[in-house]
Amino acid sequence: MKIASQDNPAVAGKTADTRPVKLACRNVWKLYGSGASEFIQRRNGKASSAELVEAALIGAARAVDLEIRQGEIFIIMGLSGSGKSTLVRCMSRLVEPTYGRVEFEGKDLLSISEAELIELRRHRMGMVFQNFALLPHLNVLENIAFPLSIQGVDRAGREARAREVIELVGLRGREHFYPRELSGGQQQRVGIARSLSTKPEIWFLDEPFSALDPLIRREMQDELMRLQSVLKKTIVFITHDFDEAIRLADRIAIMKDGEVIQVGTPEQLVVSPATEYVAEFTRDVQRAKVISARSIMRPAGKAQHAGTVSPDARVASFSAEIIAARKPFAVANGSGKPIGEVTPEAVIDLLAGIDRGRASA
Amino acid sequence: MTAATDTVSVRSRPVHTWLVVWAAALGAVLVLFLAQDHVSWAVAYPAKAVVPVADWISTIMTWMKVNLTWLTRSITAVLGVPLDFALDLLAKNFKIGAGAEAFTLPRLSWVGIVAAAFLAGRAFGGQRLGLLSGGLFLYIALFGKWTSAMLTLGLIAIAVPFCIVTGLLVGIWAWERPWVEKYLVSPALDLMQTIPTFAYLIPMLLLFGNSPVSAMIATAIFATPPMVRATMLGLSRVPTEISEFSTMAGCTARQKLWRVLLPSARPTLMVGVNQVIMLALNMVIIASMIGAGGLGYDVLLALRALKVGEAMEAGLAIVALAIALDRLSQAAAKRQSEVHGELTEGQSFWIRHPNLSLALVLLAGTTLLSLVIPFFADVPKAITFTTAPAWKAAVNWITVNFFDAIEMFRVFLILYILNPVRAFCEGFPWLGAVFLLGLAGWQLGGARLAALVALLTTFCAVTGLWEKTMATVYLCGISVIIACLIGIPIGLAASRSDRFEKIVTPIIDTLQVLPSFCFIIPVVMLFRVGDVTAMIATVAFAVVPAIRYTNHGVRQVPPALIEAAVVSGCTKRQMFWRVQLPLALPEIMLGINQTILMALAMIIICAMIGTRDLGQEVFIALSKADSGRGIVAGLAIAFIGIIADRLFSAWSAKARARLG
Repeated sequence: MKIASQDNPAVAGKTADTRPVKLACRNVWKLYGSGASEFIQRRNGKASSAELVEAALIGAARAVDLEIRQGEIFIIMGLSGSGKSTLVRCMSRLVEPTYGRVEFEGKDLLSISEAELIELRRHRMGMVFQNFALLPHLNVLENIAFPLSIQGVDRAGREARAREVIELVGLRGREHFYPRELSGGQQQRVGIARSLSTKPEIWFLDEPFSALDPLIRREMQDELMRLQSVLKKTIVFITHDFDEAIRLADRIAIMKDGEVIQVGTPEQLVVSPATEYVAEFTRDVQRAKVISARSIMRPAGKAQHAGTVSPDARVASFSAEIIAARKPFAVANGSGKPIGEVTPEAVIDLLAGIDRGRASA
Repeated sequence: MTAATDTVSVRSRPVHTWLVVWAAALGAVLVLFLAQDHVSWAVAYPAKAVVPVADWISTIMTWMKVNLTWLTRSITAVLGVPLDFALDLLAKNFKIGAGAEAFTLPRLSWVGIVAAAFLAGRAFGGQRLGLLSGGLFLYIALFGKWTSAMLTLGLIAIAVPFCIVTGLLVGIWAWERPWVEKYLVSPALDLMQTIPTFAYLIPMLLLFGNSPVSAMIATAIFATPPMVRATMLGLSRVPTEISEFSTMAGCTARQKLWRVLLPSARPTLMVGVNQVIMLALNMVIIASMIGAGGLGYDVLLALRALKVGEAMEAGLAIVALAIALDRLSQAAAKRQSEVHGELTEGQSFWIRHPNLSLALVLLAGTTLLSLVIPFFADVPKAITFTTAPAWKAAVNWITVNFFDAIEMFRVFLILYILNPVRAFCEGFPWLGAVFLLGLAGWQLGGARLAALVALLTTFCAVTGLWEKTMATVYLCGISVIIACLIGIPIGLAASRSDRFEKIVTPIIDTLQVLPSFCFIIPVVMLFRVGDVTAMIATVAFAVVPAIRYTNHGVRQVPPALIEAAVVSGCTKRQMFWRVQLPLALPEIMLGINQTILMALAMIIICAMIGTRDLGQEVFIALSKADSGRGIVAGLAIAFIGIIADRLFSAWSAKARARLG
């Protein structure tokens, strides 16, 4: 299987990422069925779909290789049954992988002791769940303080911290409500606040907004972006909603039948989908919101420029101006040096969904 | 079986095959019956071949009694301490020292307890519940049943926490280890809940003597199973995400269990607590035969002397206590903290718990007052009243005026229904029964079920109890049929009319909390002792699940299916007969299953009023402290229950599987 290159120069959004790798999966397998472990050991971590079928095994995660960098929002996208929930549980060892390595800051997570794992989860990992998983017998304040409470933080200390995160997620005044008295959106705010109370470094969000109404979902997505701009966590976000993925992601991994089919920025997925399956997902995406000026620019000509945009600017952010101006815009990098130009025709083509470049190719 | 098949209109070949098999089997049994002069050993089990299981058990029990005295004595001593304290506190006064220097501290004042009951009700469920529970306790006091009721309550107060803790720990153990649940706990629970209450008493009597402690142990054993089940169910129902959350929060295994899983399972656990309390009450009443004392003993004495008025009065006090305990524990289970105010550290205990504080103050105050003012110590005779003469007069009046009608009804039942069925059952060849039940087991659940059923049936025969077993089956069977004939139509009616359901629900709720003893009393007043009384009391006791499950079964048919039926143009009648009823059938069968088990439990208790069946066998064994005889008869009863339960469950599961 070919994984589309992450640094494809034609569509690379940025220069190669130099941030350190926070969490990595190295040929991770999770197989269900009897004799799964021996099966994959014997084959040294290689097996085809046909071999799995023959051995009557179900591959929830198959040969997954991923590197998640510090401070990025990494989205794992797939339809139900694609193995995305299993994969994120392998990353936190809620589910024990059958084969492979999961590295947290370069250290193998699968070989550490139970006590170390508890320490790691207590202080460095946080998780938000699809159905909130709030404790019904505790009120908002107690729910949020709960992870600190089991670490043995004293009452004053944990309540002070809980109030901080309550403030952060905008739940002030609800401290003494019980989960059943809150709306879905508010409950998930509690879930988010609870997972943040321990100041985790890596933050797993398992379809956090899937149980919410579309309007609330959008509001919560904005909220998440706002939080991330303040907190700068490393985020692993699971979703089945491609629009949500595009809205939030730095990078997206698309999964199908336990395999990661493609990893890339939203723009990379839209511009050069690795398979028909990925193309199917990206078909209805509003391309102007995903594609940047860099992707549709051409070498600068002699024509006069009506304005200047950054190569990473999304087309949607300047499409109205350029069409009104009827003249090309210059594309200039950070130091102001022009590297090309964008024509109104190219923008109109993009908005209209006409893909001249690929049609001719 | 064919009826169930017809309703889904699947007439496949296997059904025909089974029809032929059944016809052949019935024919074979008929031949056996007709030829009984030649093969009498296959009809009535030969006395010479009886396996003396009873003697073996007696030997074991005697050995245990002799060799384990040190153990039983120390258990009695240890359990006696809290029990005596509770009984002294509630009923008997504390006696300190002995002889002339004896000094008595008073028990809790009845005024204080009535007030506490009111406050508890108010705290859990508002003013109305407060008035109800306070009123019921006051009623007990005014009817002069205070001391007896407090003896009963004291036993419950000690037995229930014990049951809850044991049940919780066993439940957790079984939940953590599937093999424990599968091979140890589930079979044990099944057996514990089908062995009749009486049979528990015999080994307790033998090992611990005739004392409140043995009554308490019997109660604890009898009332623990629902807590075990509730714990296992509650824990398994906690959403996976909550369990995952606790792992991700870095809980240790212990923190996860005690701080996340169990609190999340609280609603289910509280249902278990409610059931434990009600079963404990039921058992404490029955355990009065081995020295529990209290209200049950009052009923027992009155029934033995045929003083129906007194029995009725004590019975009503039990009813009052049962309703109060049931409503209070249910309300406590439902109560959820609604306090949004800040609970700061500085606030004292008294301000945070106003009702509890007030109750404690009142209890202490009235009890202190009772040292000087006798009104607070004992319910004064002047304000109590008794209704016993009124009940007696009522019974006399009915007997005088309706004697002929009642007698005719009774004689008719005996001559034309009970006796013929009894004769048929008692003459039924044991080998034929083993064969037919085994066949049913084979059809419904395969070889394992067939073997189990046949084996258990054989046990009843080879222990020499065949005739008494069939006597039990006959009375139980008739009662179940009548209970179903009454209960299922009521359940159907309730399912079709919300108004009718509203009337029926409180009645069956109340019927369900009443201890089995209470059903006997009014029937005895009218029909005297005998099979008719036993049957009527059993029907009244066992009709509840038939109503409840039928109603629930019809109501839980998915609305989408009803709409589909309406859209396809079903008339109301068609919808009922062709959609709702077939879909509700598995549930109704579960209801019948429950009815059978409850009827069986009741039939055994009816031995007190002179039936001649396995219950009588246990009853005699109890009075003679013959443990082997009693336990074997108890096992036979349990096996009847298990056979019925397994066959009906398999049947229901099959029907359910067919409906998808």
